[in-house]
Amino acid sequence: MTIQEEQDEIIADFEFLGNNWDDKYEYIIQLGKELPLIDPQYKKEENLIKGCQSRVWLHVDFKDGKLLFTADSDAVITKGLISLLIKVLSGHTPKEIIDANITFIDTIGLNSHLSPTRSNGLLSMLKQIKLYAVAYQTKSVQS
Amino acid sequence: MQDSLTIQPPSTLDIEVIRKDFPILSREVYGHPLVYLDNAATTQKPEQVLAAMDEYYHTINANVHRGVHYLSQRATDAYEAARHTVAEFINARHTHEIIFTRGTSEAINLVSTVFGKKFLKPGDHVLVSAVEHHSNIVPWQLIGEEKGATLKVIPVDENGDLVIDELDHLLKGVKIVAVNYVSNSLGGINPVREIIAAAHRHGIPVLVDAAQAVQHLTVDVQELDADFLAFSSHKLYGPTGFGILYGKEEWLNQLPPYQGGGEMIKTVSFEKTTYNDLPYKFEAGTPDMAGAIGLAAAINYVQNLGLDNIQQAEHSLISYAIDTLTQIEDFRLIGKFDASHRAGVISFLVGNIHPFDLGEILDKQGIAVRTGHHCAQPVMDRYCIPGTVRASLAIYNNRTDIDRLAAGIKKAAKLLA
Repeated sequence: MTIQEEQDEIIADFEFLGNNWDDKYEYIIQLGKELPLIDPQYKKEENLIKGCQSRVWLHVDFKDGKLLFTADSDAVITKGLISLLIKVLSGHTPKEIIDANITFIDTIGLNSHLSPTRSNGLLSMLKQIKLYAVAYQTKSVQS
Repeated sequence: MQDSLTIQPPSTLDIEVIRKDFPILSREVYGHPLVYLDNAATTQKPEQVLAAMDEYYHTINANVHRGVHYLSQRATDAYEAARHTVAEFINARHTHEIIFTRGTSEAINLVSTVFGKKFLKPGDHVLVSAVEHHSNIVPWQLIGEEKGATLKVIPVDENGDLVIDELDHLLKGVKIVAVNYVSNSLGGINPVREIIAAAHRHGIPVLVDAAQAVQHLTVDVQELDADFLAFSSHKLYGPTGFGILYGKEEWLNQLPPYQGGGEMIKTVSFEKTTYNDLPYKFEAGTPDMAGAIGLAAAINYVQNLGLDNIQQAEHSLISYAIDTLTQIEDFRLIGKFDASHRAGVISFLVGNIHPFDLGEILDKQGIAVRTGHHCAQPVMDRYCIPGTVRASLAIYNNRTDIDRLAAGIKKAAKLLA
């Protein structure tokens, strides 16, 4: 699936859940539990994302021209949110990730639900994923 | 030994009537009636405070002290009357021992800066406790870095009580002690009387951070014999951005000014400036007149209710809260003081649920609590936890709020498990 198709699928899932916050959170928490877990060796200081009230580790592998993200957090809602980002962005080329216009967070109304610290954290995660993509893109252009 | 509450006759306060004074309490959050339990961060403001500030701007707003005109004189009268109200509230010996600041943090920064400038030397120590807010750690580190002085720390035990047995030993090489009266992160009432007495035996002055005390307990600076005491208006039902530094006259007179500007001077020339008398020496620039007037209204509000009555009503509610909450499965109270050694705060965790997750699910149910380290990271490190959920009470909280909190926690625990 393309990044846009992944986003559309999440938007459809959340539309199905309607306006009931319980169900939305239950869904996010479930996603958190299914998050592709980071290898413990990568849960180190330099993989910590700054700007989150909970701790978030993000690790990237580069394989066959595509970026593969794994992550973990000590807070389960945070894990759910990062798992949404990973679902959308992992497994794509650096260029696709750089060019991606991430709209699903606004569309599913998560911003209005999340506390400002939480949405700042979500934006920090997105920024970190995009920074990785830029770094790998630069590297592949140079080599 | 810790301060204990005196047993009072049953409270005469009608909490439901008090709630009506606070307009914000009638609003809804996410379709639920608001349960506001973040009072240690800031309290809500009663109509009486809002009206006093509104009236100030509507009828007498003018710059204070310098004007010859009618409004300036009226504004100055109201502003100085507020200082007098504060002095009486904490039983200061003199009204000029009350310095207006922007809050507790600024009051502590003022003392750390000017005391440090005058008295700290390389190798000196400042003694703080293990349960301080960052505001009573970092200002001392800043001046300490400049002067070559370092912090010493009064340790805390597993229950959250300060260990003061070794105080005489700890006080060696200490130039000033800075401790909080009530811990903002755990809510324990600290043995400040004993700490002050011990420090004074060695001739060392003590600054008391009373930011979490003045809204819950009667604070009498003469009875405590505190040399400096700081608190904020906004945690005492008053406006934000305003606070108090109390200092004994003999200490304040020894200290150099903090900031330069209008009001703090007597005469200025390019060769030499002479400084104003207390309290103006420490109040550079146009002050927050409405803030002073709002705080005075808040103090009048609290005194009308009576701090003894407030203390008793809050004591009863906090006992009820602890009884109710500790029945929740896997509920972990952080700081194990009983209600008589506790003021306003219940800090807790539930099982292994991250406080951030728990706080967010409570929020969705219209329940406002605080999560995280509460600007007291060393406290969290002491208990090896990332943070806590903190429910903090004010006089307008009732048993319904506690029942809603308990139900909210159970729902969150089920969802997050």
